[in-house]
Amino acid sequence: MSDDRTLGEVMTSRGVSRRAFLKYASYLATAMALPASATSVIAQSLATARRQSVIWLSFQECTGCTESITRSYSPTLEDLIFDFISLDYHHTLMSVSGAAAEHAREQAMKDNKGKYIVIVDGSVPIKDGGIYSTIAGVTNEQMLKDTVKDAFAVVSVGTCAAFGGIPHANPNPTGAVAVSDIIKDKPIINIPGCPPIPEAMTGTIAYLLSFGKLPELDKLNRPLAFFGESIHDRCYRRPFYERGMFADSFDDEGARKGWCLYKVGCKGPIAYNACATLKWNGGISFPIQSGHGCLGCSEPNFWDKGSFYKPLAAATAGINAEVGAAAVVGAAIGATAAQIIKKRRQDVADRAIKKVEG
Amino acid sequence: MKHHVVVDPITRIEGHLRIEAKTNDAGGIEHAYSSGTMVRGIELILKGRDPRDAWAFAQRICGVCTLVHGIASVRSVEDALKYKIPKNAQLIRNLMIAAQYVHDHVMHFYHLHALDWVDVVSALKADPKATSTLAQSISSYAKSSPGYFADVQKKVKTFVEQGQLGIFSNGFWGHSEYRLPPEANLMAVAHYLEALAWQRDVVKIHAIFGGKNPHPNFLVGGAPAPISTSPTGAAGGAAATTVNIVALDEVRSIIAKMQAFVEQVYIPDTLAIASFYKDWFKRGEGVGNFMTYGDFPEKGMDDPSSWLIPGGVILNRDLKRFEPVDLNDPSQVQEFVAHSWYDYGDGKNKGLHPYDGETNLNYTGPKPPFEHLETEKSYSWLKAPRWKGHVVEVGPLARVLMLYAKGHKPTQDIANYALKKLDLPLEAMFSTLGRTAARTLETKIIADQMQTWLSNLIANIKGGDVQVHNPERWNPSTWPKECKGVGFMEAPRGALAHWIVIKNGKIDNYQAVVPSTWNAGPRDPAGKPGPYEAALMDRHTLANPEQPLEIQRTIHSFDPCIACAVHVVDPNGDELMKIKVR
Repeated sequence: MSDDRTLGEVMTSRGVSRRAFLKYASYLATAMALPASATSVIAQSLATARRQSVIWLSFQECTGCTESITRSYSPTLEDLIFDFISLDYHHTLMSVSGAAAEHAREQAMKDNKGKYIVIVDGSVPIKDGGIYSTIAGVTNEQMLKDTVKDAFAVVSVGTCAAFGGIPHANPNPTGAVAVSDIIKDKPIINIPGCPPIPEAMTGTIAYLLSFGKLPELDKLNRPLAFFGESIHDRCYRRPFYERGMFADSFDDEGARKGWCLYKVGCKGPIAYNACATLKWNGGISFPIQSGHGCLGCSEPNFWDKGSFYKPLAAATAGINAEVGAAAVVGAAIGATAAQIIKKRRQDVADRAIKKVEG
Repeated sequence: MKHHVVVDPITRIEGHLRIEAKTNDAGGIEHAYSSGTMVRGIELILKGRDPRDAWAFAQRICGVCTLVHGIASVRSVEDALKYKIPKNAQLIRNLMIAAQYVHDHVMHFYHLHALDWVDVVSALKADPKATSTLAQSISSYAKSSPGYFADVQKKVKTFVEQGQLGIFSNGFWGHSEYRLPPEANLMAVAHYLEALAWQRDVVKIHAIFGGKNPHPNFLVGGAPAPISTSPTGAAGGAAATTVNIVALDEVRSIIAKMQAFVEQVYIPDTLAIASFYKDWFKRGEGVGNFMTYGDFPEKGMDDPSSWLIPGGVILNRDLKRFEPVDLNDPSQVQEFVAHSWYDYGDGKNKGLHPYDGETNLNYTGPKPPFEHLETEKSYSWLKAPRWKGHVVEVGPLARVLMLYAKGHKPTQDIANYALKKLDLPLEAMFSTLGRTAARTLETKIIADQMQTWLSNLIANIKGGDVQVHNPERWNPSTWPKECKGVGFMEAPRGALAHWIVIKNGKIDNYQAVVPSTWNAGPRDPAGKPGPYEAALMDRHTLANPEQPLEIQRTIHSFDPCIACAVHVVDPNGDELMKIKVR
């Protein structure tokens, strides 16, 4: 076994060209809005690392987050698990079941003490001693605490792990909580979404590998690179909103012309995510482009914010009044937030580069 | 020596499943127990909400068979409201369901099931040139050169030699029950990687019509994505909506790509791998009863004569008699909790139809951490559904048998072709690999229908019909004060139905009985085991009880989806579901 070989040597031996590698690093820099100089830093960092050990825990989940990460176009899941990370435990993908699977997890923890990353999807039920979800006879809460103990960082993917998600929705029958409700002594990154955009997951993981530190996060611990702006801010239908041109119902004339979906319940103005920019499944569409309002799935408690088809703030005013008011307020807030975030992101990127270089 | 084998977690499935098996001295499985170990309570969470929102919640029951619970949900609301959907919406739904089948089945085969038969480490010993010869002898698939296989082998070799095995850690590599030659192993590993790349394009069909995948959007009363009437939108020349002539052309090319992969890779690989494991066509069926609800309507769910897949029940492997299924008949579909962690008001041995369902949680299992479940008492979060008291298997095998027995020509042709190729009789289908093969065969049957549905959709549009949503019953003020309905479908894993009761515009009761509950459920009051359990008790001997590869094989042949199977819970016991609606 040649454990000491660097990833660069390994990739060279595999026939991956320096050019292809740099191309990947540059994609990552672009996706995360880092300055051009980041490309070489990323390439250098990735090339000098052994494959990062990753332990992926699945609790109260639907496996949608795992399905989503297989849809990532760049980096692809297969590139990630063959070239950049060692996915040492993952229920859906790992070959072996039962005790041998649990041993693989324990071995990875031992071999990579203090260095491994724990990714979690699904919420954790804590009611009644945690009996609502067990793996290998152990409660999810116990497995989470045991596994995270010697981790370098925790990444909660999906709204369930990040904020409790659908199991946490009223009346929260199993006492489901987010990872951050249990783990208090480790850095946590939240990548919410139901499911998250695949490139937001793979991009954040690659950032962690490249810089060995957390990317700049918002107050909900979401990477600003992907969650810094609202869907509404970047929506291609935004001009119709500004002009007051709305679809009044599904499949009406406005809907067919691609007008704003605000009146049929779009939650784009309060949803911070990259759907309108990165888009989905190779950039072919995103919910609004395919005619359905945004559900706001990257926000805490989005399941309990009223019907998906009720216009925002519908409870307080008539539809026209409220749309007009929201337009003014929405535009003002959106513009300011976008400016602040752009500035912050530049600063963060500069600092990150300085730190890695210096 | 007798063994009490525990396999928990069962990996390469959706959700959390535990299997316990008790063997005789020779390693033969005498008793098997299937346990779902996770609950969320989605049906309880649905109570009191807007029925038009239900699909989004229900869809989160599962992200692997994403879409199926969304479809069953909108159909249940439409059935309750007597709400007709436009022709185009029906075709769009057919295309989306079919894309799900093809995607789901191929990924199941390569990423969830293959490693039960394929030894990754053995692939390192393969001769790339001989692998190329093998691949070219069974298929015209273009990626089959010696250089291609040498590259794949190099990738795997580097990976293994690096000493970090990742997802392949602790695999049962070298197990005596792995029987493929190194070249067949290498070919399968190459296609494992190809399928990962291929599937990303398949799901674009969901993104076009539903905005994203996983979890595309649906709409009660039709489909959400209007057919674009304006070639360019306001911003950057983008079309007004995704569904336009360019996107429909893209759908056509994706379907062609799907068909090509199924024909050139999936079917030849299934037959090639199966030919080395023919004894697995003699074990692992167990129940002998099969049920379908039917799906893929040309004209609408209320016209069964237009469905591609017919509904019905086959009992005792008798392919000449079919029993009709009535989802509204309280004596047909019933759920039992004799060995589940629930109580019923009238005692644990009663069976309840979903409209009368009760869900009173009562965990009586061992306190975690535990070694063994109390299998003589209750041992699962899954209920045990029965049809007229019979244990029935649902899924690809049930569908292929139903289509075959009812004389569906394309099914008979492809099944006869496969059986001839493997030199096996029709009875061989009643088995572990029969189930796996049925999944492969139906993938082709469904993929081949997709071009027709797309052509019909385009013909409608050309004829001036662009409607995708019916606004008539959208507004709750048009609804009756009280109504109920059932939405059903053939999900990739089998017969699925959602029962809904609507009162004053809100959900009063919601019950889902899903494929993996039919298949993975525990014993009933009569002690009859569920299909997983019966299958494992059908001629399985563990070569090495420490490495229960045989259990993985048969369980994976069902393609478990346990988050689907377990989703109901009521911790307070009295809050939920004491509904008596007639």
